Amino acid sequence: MKLRRSMLFMPGNNPGMLQNAGILGADSVILDLEDAVALTEKDSARILVRNAIKTLRFYNSEIVVRVNPLSTEFGYEDVKEIAQVKPDAIMVPKATEEDIEGVDKILCEIEEKMGFEKGSIKLFPLIETAYGLENVYTIIEASKRVTGVLLGAEDLTNDLGIKRTKKGKEIFYARSKVATSCRALGVDAIDTPFTDLDDREAFIKDIKKAKSIGMTGKAAINPRQIDTIHDVFAPSEEEIEYAQRVLEKMEEAKRDGLGVFSLDGKMVDAPIINRAKTTIEKAKLAGLI
Amino acid sequence: MKILKPAKAGTYESNDIYIMIQPNDNGIKIELESIVMKQFGKRIEEVIKETLEKLEVKDAYVVAKDRGALDYTVSARVETAVKRAGVEK
Amino acid sequence: MKNAVGREIPDNIEGIGKVKPYEGAFKNIGAIEKTKVKVSSKLPNEDKVLSSIRESIIKCGLKDGQTISFHHHLRNGDHVLNMVLKEIDELGIKDITVAASSIFPVHQPLVEYIKKGVVTGIYANYISGPVAEAISLGLLKKPVVMQSHGGRARAIEEGDLHIDVAFIAAPTCDTYGNINGVDGRAACGSLGYAIPDAMYADKVVAITDNLVDYPACPIEISQEYVDYVVKVDSIGDPNGIVSGTTKITKDPVGLKIAKMAAQVIKASGLLKDGFSFQTGAGGTSLAVAAYLRDMMKKENIKGSFASGGVTGYIVEMFEEGLFDSIFDVQCFDLKAIESYRNDKRHQGMSASMYGNPHNKGCVVNNLDVMILGATEIDTDFNVNVTTGSNGIIMGGSGGHNDTAAGSKLSIVVTQLTKGRLPIVVDKVTTVTTPGETIDVLVTERGIAVNPNRKDLIEKLKGTNLPIVTIDELKKTAEELTGVPEKVEFDDKIVGVVEYRDGTIIDVLKKVK
Repeated sequence: MKLRRSMLFMPGNNPGMLQNAGILGADSVILDLEDAVALTEKDSARILVRNAIKTLRFYNSEIVVRVNPLSTEFGYEDVKEIAQVKPDAIMVPKATEEDIEGVDKILCEIEEKMGFEKGSIKLFPLIETAYGLENVYTIIEASKRVTGVLLGAEDLTNDLGIKRTKKGKEIFYARSKVATSCRALGVDAIDTPFTDLDDREAFIKDIKKAKSIGMTGKAAINPRQIDTIHDVFAPSEEEIEYAQRVLEKMEEAKRDGLGVFSLDGKMVDAPIINRAKTTIEKAKLAGLI
Repeated sequence: MKILKPAKAGTYESNDIYIMIQPNDNGIKIELESIVMKQFGKRIEEVIKETLEKLEVKDAYVVAKDRGALDYTVSARVETAVKRAGVEK
Repeated sequence: MKNAVGREIPDNIEGIGKVKPYEGAFKNIGAIEKTKVKVSSKLPNEDKVLSSIRESIIKCGLKDGQTISFHHHLRNGDHVLNMVLKEIDELGIKDITVAASSIFPVHQPLVEYIKKGVVTGIYANYISGPVAEAISLGLLKKPVVMQSHGGRARAIEEGDLHIDVAFIAAPTCDTYGNINGVDGRAACGSLGYAIPDAMYADKVVAITDNLVDYPACPIEISQEYVDYVVKVDSIGDPNGIVSGTTKITKDPVGLKIAKMAAQVIKASGLLKDGFSFQTGAGGTSLAVAAYLRDMMKKENIKGSFASGGVTGYIVEMFEEGLFDSIFDVQCFDLKAIESYRNDKRHQGMSASMYGNPHNKGCVVNNLDVMILGATEIDTDFNVNVTTGSNGIIMGGSGGHNDTAAGSKLSIVVTQLTKGRLPIVVDKVTTVTTPGETIDVLVTERGIAVNPNRKDLIEKLKGTNLPIVTIDELKKTAEELTGVPEKVEFDDKIVGVVEYRDGTIIDVLKKVK
């Protein structure tokens, strides 16, 4: 199982940071060609990131490249150049159904040309417009390549004409909508980054809130945020203990030839067993057991 | 192919290299400054030449100021500079 | 001949004499003899206060070819070394050997005196800046002798390094030569490195900008060792002496290295009540302390002592009760100075008590864990902190090879590459610290354990830390950077690196 608890943004035109992107412990790194790159350097960042993916090791981190919006002159150029070095995924900003379908088509062509396995380059729509939020379900459905969604609250609140606050009440609906659609379609729901690096307490609260609504991971804008994100998304001791008991009981039931069994007076069915297995996997990956 | 106009790419930040490329009459001429000149000067020149060759640039005058860039950065910056300069076929 | 770390060392070096090659970290321990000290005793009515540095030089009878010494607690704010050499030059004295515990960029005027032949020899534990470059370019007449903090104390006490006149920068001094470092505008805290000089030099001159009435308590260097006292306007620039605060790195790579180093310490089993610890003032080294601080608090561990050059961060841990005591040879910031002044358990120590291998037991022998840096480390774990990979001097052992030898667990923390340079190499440019005294190397791309430490390898197997061989680390580094070309040197020897026991562990060649 590959966890996607943390996705770390790294500026695409900074060679020193690209070199170290893979050793910072993030589950995914997002090499950014969009907001982190000045308009006059779009061409150089694209080439640098392409070379970086081709030659550097990213260890256990998944490589995601955020291209420029497809409505700009850079977007499709980014996709064409970057896809040739086979990143794990491409993140599409301000995504619509047409965008996702359009990128999917290009990726099919490039995969064919380069001899990559078909569908191996995944897609990550970035939901950061009112339209995108209301249509997140169909955007995910627009391509089989979609493996997760990132909620971008800064641009979204801008589009909604509302104020972005640290407490985040204003994005409750957006988080719920994204999380629910993602869960319904079985893809990851990644929460918007938290921007105040000095307020650790508020940061922890923010991650907990996202997790409680059903988000499966969180984007990070600074490597220092990674450990905290992993801590919050790690299963708790009680969860681990319960999962272990479920699996033990399951083994026991198997030995005794029982199809169904109960624990603490409650029936244990397939979803509970699956959940227990996931919890144990997560705990192992987090180094907790 | 020939470089059409002068162009620049890269920065003076550490781990980066600043490349200036200009038209030249006969062949490739490289002027390199590097903080690791003794250890990697030859290698950096080699990468610049290889990149130009791959882009089929036969004549160019390149000034490079290196701040410890790895090969992938050297070739990316050279490629960017060439694309910005435009080439005459 | 080849010494025990495989370096080719000549039998004789011009300007040094017969050379004793390095034989192993603990091959020269046992019965030694300390040197005699000449003392000019004083009559009851004699006055020690002189009117100028020049007068003190004349009264001490300094002659051509003699050796003078300085301590470096004023670091890059020091005025004393430059002031003394200016007078020596004006008096026409030549062929002087300067034995300074360290030399900094502020000592640039020394380059001119080297060129003029006023200064022809240098002993130091650390040299950075223009003087270092001048030596590497071959300007100094005799080879520089690079020592360690403990090794310098040893050399002075055994008479290998005879000091004719010691000039001691004294933040506070009374009229009869009692010195402390905690008061005065140039307060620098502990004066640990100056103590062997005071005890073993033929003549000792205290130079102060804070001359006070007798007695200047607390006393760190006492009147029994001091011949003369000179008042000057300023012994140093407080801004160059101490930093306001020493800061933990914010660099994510440095933090990752530090975190893994702390996990290695935990896995070693040494992190328990009675734990003792030393780390440098660098951002990554200090970050190791930050991670340990959290671990110690969480597990309610009460350490025994922290030692070394002391930073405010270590003082905070001490004040929180994470350490019982501090052994302090040098204060790095204002908070450390204040604590040293006010808290009796913040104990000063001399350079000899700190690291001299030839006394009856130095503090490094009691250290559990030492965190060290490296400019280069080779696949035999030998560490270079003396020269850059271009061969130019840019530092020196300081306490590096003392603490590596003494501590139960010595950990080198460094990025695997810096700029484009691989830090793990086949052969270090210069050996400062022998690999047999280095236990672990922690880099952002993996941890290597010295194969001699089978016990440690076993313990680390049970963790999910990325343990690899040092050859693998070298390979990983070169995958990123490429293999560097060998830097070529001139044949001329411009210096020797003396191991703490006085044997020669490496020589420094002139750069081309």
